[in-house]
Amino acid sequence: MSTRNLELEVMRYDPEKDEAPYFQKYTVPCPEEWVILDALNYVRDELDTTLAFRWSCHMMVCGSCGMMVNGEPSLTCKTFIRDLPDKVRIEPLENFPIERDLIVVFDDVIQKLHKVQPYIMRKDAPPEDKEFTQTPAQLMKFKQLTMCINCMCCYAACPQYGLDNNFIGPAALALAHRYNLDNRDQGKSERLDILADYDGVWECSFVGACSEVCPKHVDPAAALQQMKVDGAVEYWKQKLGMTGEKK
Amino acid sequence: MTIAKKAVVWGLFAAGGTLTSFVYPALIVLFLLTSMGMVPANLQFDQFYAFASSWVGKLCLFVVLFLSLWHAAHRLRVVVHDFGIRQDKLVARAVYTVASLGTVLTAFYLLTI
Repeated sequence: MSTRNLELEVMRYDPEKDEAPYFQKYTVPCPEEWVILDALNYVRDELDTTLAFRWSCHMMVCGSCGMMVNGEPSLTCKTFIRDLPDKVRIEPLENFPIERDLIVVFDDVIQKLHKVQPYIMRKDAPPEDKEFTQTPAQLMKFKQLTMCINCMCCYAACPQYGLDNNFIGPAALALAHRYNLDNRDQGKSERLDILADYDGVWECSFVGACSEVCPKHVDPAAALQQMKVDGAVEYWKQKLGMTGEKK
Repeated sequence: MTIAKKAVVWGLFAAGGTLTSFVYPALIVLFLLTSMGMVPANLQFDQFYAFASSWVGKLCLFVVLFLSLWHAAHRLRVVVHDFGIRQDKLVARAVYTVASLGTVLTAFYLLTI
């Protein structure tokens, strides 16, 4: 098995000590089947125990190890050494404040995930001793959108979120769309009041970077475009008093 | 919270985009054909004038031009934003004013035919 020396340039930053982030170099002997996360673990275990980064599952399930690898938001457990040049630059996810080294603060997006009401809303009480049913065909309409693991790579890729972080952003909006498409849900109209408000879907200019970097192929960009159509239709429905509700 | 008015211009943008993606490739081909002297029979001046004189013709032309204008206006607004000019309100007012003016002029000229 061949081993290759990888030169890692890792961004370091300790807000309590450092004035500004800086890069530190490590040389890591990497077997070709390693991923970037393996190389980072090697650094922490063998070279420098002070390096801070998040990870947990090492199998594309937990969504903790998102970082910028050579400028692209990536899950480091999915980014193979064999696909990379000898020099690799690792940075914390773009568009987020740095907590330390490669760890960023996600509080803003967590708030947004709450804001979009990502749960089933009903106007009636649930049927007694029964559950709401769903056919496989009805599930297929939104199944892709349930694959999100909240790694936030899409937020790091989104130029609009980078410009103005009031924008609700790709993952949260895609999650909201998942509930809008769920046949058991009746909250679409109420949810659209939030999703299609000024900081909502309209801020998206369909660059599509979110979908390109998504490690789980959720395609938030497509969800957003569908939501724009829903928002435009809902606008006129509300204006023409066809919602059967307030307004 | 309510749905933002951007829904209106986005609706026109989307409708315009859908329409123009079909109509404009054909128009480009026809333009090239015409410029090479191969004018299709239905596009001879008299024929086309007659088409534009009928109410159905007027309606078709109005819908295509109106939606194209609003599509282009909104597209330009987003492009300007993406190029780093952060004067959204001003840009929006400018492009939509041109689109509105174009819409009025389109209606006016079509009615005079």
